[in-house]
Amino acid sequence: MLHVLAQQAEGELEAGLTAVGRGIVYGGAAIGPGIGIGLVVGNAITAMARQPEAAGMVRTTMFLGIAFTEALALFGFVLSFIIAG
Amino acid sequence: MILGLEFPPVSHVVEWPTLFGGDALGVNKVILLMWISVALVFALFYFATREQKLVPAGVQNVAESTVEFVEDQVVMQTIGPDGLSYTPFLLTLFTFIFTCNVWELIPLVQMPVNARIALPMFMAILVWFVYIIVGIKNQGFLGYFKNATIPPGVPKAILPLVAFIELIGILVTRPLSLAVRLFANMLAGHLLLVSFAVITQALVASTIIGGALPLALLVFLMAFELLVAFLQAYIFTMLAAVYIDSSMHPAH
Repeated sequence: MLHVLAQQAEGELEAGLTAVGRGIVYGGAAIGPGIGIGLVVGNAITAMARQPEAAGMVRTTMFLGIAFTEALALFGFVLSFIIAG
Repeated sequence: MILGLEFPPVSHVVEWPTLFGGDALGVNKVILLMWISVALVFALFYFATREQKLVPAGVQNVAESTVEFVEDQVVMQTIGPDGLSYTPFLLTLFTFIFTCNVWELIPLVQMPVNARIALPMFMAILVWFVYIIVGIKNQGFLGYFKNATIPPGVPKAILPLVAFIELIGILVTRPLSLAVRLFANMLAGHLLLVSFAVITQALVASTIIGGALPLALLVFLMAFELLVAFLQAYIFTMLAAVYIDSSMHPAH
């Protein structure tokens, strides 16, 4: 393993590690919001099924909740491009 | 090179050469599309209101249902009846963002204007000024910042920390997340479409049948991106309305 790494040029190793880092940044940032959006939408569906007449209000609030939760994943997405390669 | 496919780097799919003009004021495809969007939105409402009929048809119908959508689904749901005076501002935001986003799907154009941070950032700063000024006008300078940063029912011990977090939230996080949300969604959608177009092209070149699946997925993704373009315009408008609402009606 080590002698394989040693054969790589300096820049190649750095570029490879940057790519791995980008993957980890976005993947890590997507975990929490994934669970969060699931919770928001799941509970909104429960609310709509229990009280269909309140569906309009629930939908508006649901989109708000999704937007706030999703923002965290998107910060990770943007950060993965910002990381210098 | 990934699996024999040559994916273009991100800078190749969002940066365009300057068509005319100088260094800082150079006009490229993105700026041109933004100008066309302004003209389209202006033309929509100009032609819709020139000859108003009792029974709307054609372009008047489109304009009226858009206004109604913003009034019923955005303003009434968040601010309430006394926010109806903000409908023109929110309607402008909604139609302009949607037109800018939809360029992502128009054949031969295929570049969402909001995939560059400049326009979302500008609109977020505009919304920032609007809700701060509305808040100061309605509650006074000290009253606005007091109501916004000190939530009711917080224990005294952690009050400084909460107030600091709320202040940062109002001054920095709100406009930043507003801009980044729109920008990142459009950039992600653009990259998704580019990736699938590259895959389709590579597979069609090798085997016609192999390209059928990515092509079908590409068509599906374009329909999905139309939904995203609408949803992001809706969410941006609605969050702007929510922020204005929090400036007009402080939580007690």
